[in-house]
Order: sequence, then C-alpha cells, then structure tokens
Amino acid sequence: MFQTIEELLKLAKEYGSISEAMIQTEMAASGDDRETILEKMRRNKAVMFQSIEQGVAGVTSVTGLTGGDATRLNTYLDTHEFLSGHHILKAVRNAVAVNEVNAKMGLICANPTAGSAGVAAGVLSAATEQLNLTEEQQLNFLFTAGAFGLIIANTASISGAAGGCQAEIGSASAMASAALVEAAGGTPEQSAEAIAITLKNMMGLICDPVAGLVEVPCVKRNALGASQAYISADMALAGIKSVIPADEVVVAMGRVGKQMPTIFKETAEGGLAMTPTAQKITQDIYGNKE
Amino acid sequence: MAGQFKSVFDVIGPVMIGPSSSHTAGAARIGKVVRNIFGEQPDSVDIWLYESFAKTYRGHGTDIALVGGILGMEPDDERLADSLRLAYDKGIEIAFVPKKEKAEHPNQVTMILKKGQRTMSVTGISIGGGNIQISELDGFKMHLNMGTPTFVVVHTDKPGVIANTTRLFQEQEVNIGTMTVTRVSKGETAIMIIEVDDKNSEFIVQKLEQVPFVDSVSFFN
Repeated sequence: MFQTIEELLKLAKEYGSISEAMIQTEMAASGDDRETILEKMRRNKAVMFQSIEQGVAGVTSVTGLTGGDATRLNTYLDTHEFLSGHHILKAVRNAVAVNEVNAKMGLICANPTAGSAGVAAGVLSAATEQLNLTEEQQLNFLFTAGAFGLIIANTASISGAAGGCQAEIGSASAMASAALVEAAGGTPEQSAEAIAITLKNMMGLICDPVAGLVEVPCVKRNALGASQAYISADMALAGIKSVIPADEVVVAMGRVGKQMPTIFKETAEGGLAMTPTAQKITQDIYGNKE
Repeated sequence: MAGQFKSVFDVIGPVMIGPSSSHTAGAARIGKVVRNIFGEQPDSVDIWLYESFAKTYRGHGTDIALVGGILGMEPDDERLADSLRLAYDKGIEIAFVPKKEKAEHPNQVTMILKKGQRTMSVTGISIGGGNIQISELDGFKMHLNMGTPTFVVVHTDKPGVIANTTRLFQEQEVNIGTMTVTRVSKGETAIMIIEVDDKNSEFIVQKLEQVPFVDSVSFFN
C-alpha cells in the first residue's frame, strides 16, 4: 500500500487517477471485487446524503447546545443576498447539517471521523449539484478523499485525542479539497497541492470540546472546514503551488500533534472548554464538576 | 504508527451513531470484541477509563457505547442510546471508574468481566476513525489489530491443546502468520492468539470449538 503522497501520485499516473489508484489498491488489499467495494462506498454515501437532509430539515442535540443552524443557513440562502458563493454556502450548510445530526446521536458516516463527518460530505453534496457529478464521479470523490486520508492517518493522525483538531477538521478539509480538485477536472498533482495548502492553514488547531461534547466548537469548525476546502481547491486549480511539499506538511502536522499538550487534545481542559461560559455549561449539564 | 490504517473504509466510514468515531463507535467495537473474547454474558463489568476517555466519556457516550458493545451491538445500532437500561434489565452490574494515571494511549479502557468464579480483564484502545486495537488480555501485552484475520482461543492449559489446534489449521490448509500463547498459571486458563493469512477462515471456528479443553473461540476480521 502507498504510504506517501509521492507514492500515491505515481500510482495515479499508472491508473489514470487517484480514485482509480485507491480502488485498485483496495481490491488488492481486501480481496474483494470492484463491485463489492463500490457498493460499500455507495452505502456510505447514501448515509451522508440522508444525514444532510435530516439536518437541513432541523434537529436539536440531546443537550440543546447545537441544532437548527443548518435550517437557518437554508432559509438565509433562499431569502438573502449572501456575500460568499452559492455552492460554498451550500457546502457549509450541509456540513453543519451532518454534524448537528451527529451531535444528536443520529446516524452518520465518519469521514474521517464522526466529529469531522460534515466536511467532505458537505462539499461532495454541494459539488454534485454544482458540477453535475455522475454517481461514478461522486464515488470517485470519496475514494480520492479516502486515499489522502489513509496517508494522513498512517503518517500523522486523524484522532483529536492524539493530534488535536488539526488531525480531524484539518484532515477532513484537506481530503475534501483534494477530492474537489479531481471532481473539477484538476490533476493529481493539483490535488496534492490542495492537501498541502489546506493542512498548512489548519496546523496547530486544538481540540477543545466544551463539556467534552462533540458540539461546540465542532459543528462550526465543520462549516469552516468545508468552506476552506472550496478555497484551497480553487487555489490549487489556479496553479498555485505549496512551497513545502504535501508529504512534508503531513509529517509536520503529525509532529505538531505529538508536541501539543494533552489539555488541547480532546480532554476538555483547555481552549474554549475552559472559558467561563463553557464551565457554566458543563455545570448545567453534569451538575457537580468532575 | 505507520500502516495501522489499511482500508479506504477505515477512513471513509464507519456508518455509525454519533457523536464520536473514537469515543462512541470505537468504544462500541471494543465492547463487542471484549464480549466475543469472554464468550458469554458477564454478571458484572468494571470499566476503567483513562485520559481522554476518562475526561469526556459522558459527553461522548463512551459509557453507553462500551456497554452496548458488551451487549453485542454494532456502532450503527439504534438501540445504543438505551444500552445502560438494557444492561440493567439483563441484570449486568456495570461500574465506571475514571482513572487518573497516564496510559499508553489517550483513548484507553480496561474492562474487567466477571461470571461466577471466572474473571477476565481486557484493555482496548481507540486509535481514531472508529478503529481499535486490543492491547492487553489478562495482564498479557498483545496486539490484536482489527483488519488482520485473527482467532482468539480461550482454553484450559493442558498438554496437546496447542498441537491439536495447529493441526486443525494444517488440515484446513490455512496458513498461520503469527501465534501467541499466554496463560495465567500452570493448568489454568490460557489463551492463543492466532493470526492467519486467509480472511475467509471463519469456518474453522466451529471445528476449533470441538477441540478438547477449548472453552471459547472468537474470530475477528
């Protein structure tokens, strides 16, 4: 299996695209045939789209801390002259929707994690509408996102507890940006540039869940992770190159994750989790402080 | 860390009940694997939580997911939210103990299961995206990676059990990659962890259960 982005790009040259390289690698590693693998991905995609629909219709989390923002964005999209782009805002709305469903303990598809599940799903659904993606192209989007996700997971981390939020929303946003480049007709090299551009901006982002819940600030970070995927993809498609190669950026992100103090790694002991408001919320939810 | 994630579906997936892949889905998977290794419904389970698991288990539903797993539920089971009540109804005593000590991994849990005189302790870690490993069984360090076809055979420590087991694999032409044998003390419960090459070897489970002095057999893929 490919361990670096450089190796993945070589495979992509051989097979014609990153998504095809991922499908072939998966077939070889699992022993499953192509249709079995595509069917598995179809099922994951169906859950992603269902959770978007559910979230946009309106949900509230168990604690009542989050929910309703996807609906708010939906109304805003319909009734206002918004500032940013139509599809970027739809990606944001959809990302919020997935994570609101996640926060209410609904059914979602992790991508690469549950706390960051909205980013790639949100971008995929918006891009499907914007670029008229076929079913095959939509699945390819997820295989490409997964290919880069595997490298990041094996080289750095995709766990907030091990690497901070940069490893979750950062990885999700990078994966979505690279997949969006391919969906828009960009080259594998441009996908790699998008990974580097996105991860560089996410580097150092801490995981500081208020009351230890995957709600605040997770839902909004999904939204902004999705918007950044769009911008990074556009930058890469414009021909902008990262001075630091993507593989080195991934290694650096992993190192930052290791060096990050534990209080910033999903322990609810730092950052936003320690603000007076967060402390009050914790008190309200659990009663006596732990 | 290199190479722990092997499939695209380790990253895109699993389909699961929220809110956290490591703290909810991973926890449910650890619970289910632990239950499979134990082989029967326990009377009681003590659950020791470490680091991030200890600090955020309530907010992430780690508690209900671990117990749901013990009851045999998968991460996408809609009944997960009710697992504590279901366990209570089944008469299983559950205790959660958040520990202050550092652990080898930030998402670590040790579960101590009891049934009559029988006790087993298993440590699991959740490494991200719902992926897990079993790192300790009855005090023995081990590395049970989900994704590698592995048999866990709990048996009584008697001469010939290991030979009878490996002969079975030979007869079925399934190649053993690595094999670890551990025991509590002479003549008592012992465990074989057998990694094989062929992921379609679940059919051997039934045959293994027929081997004298074998108590329980689990297969993980």
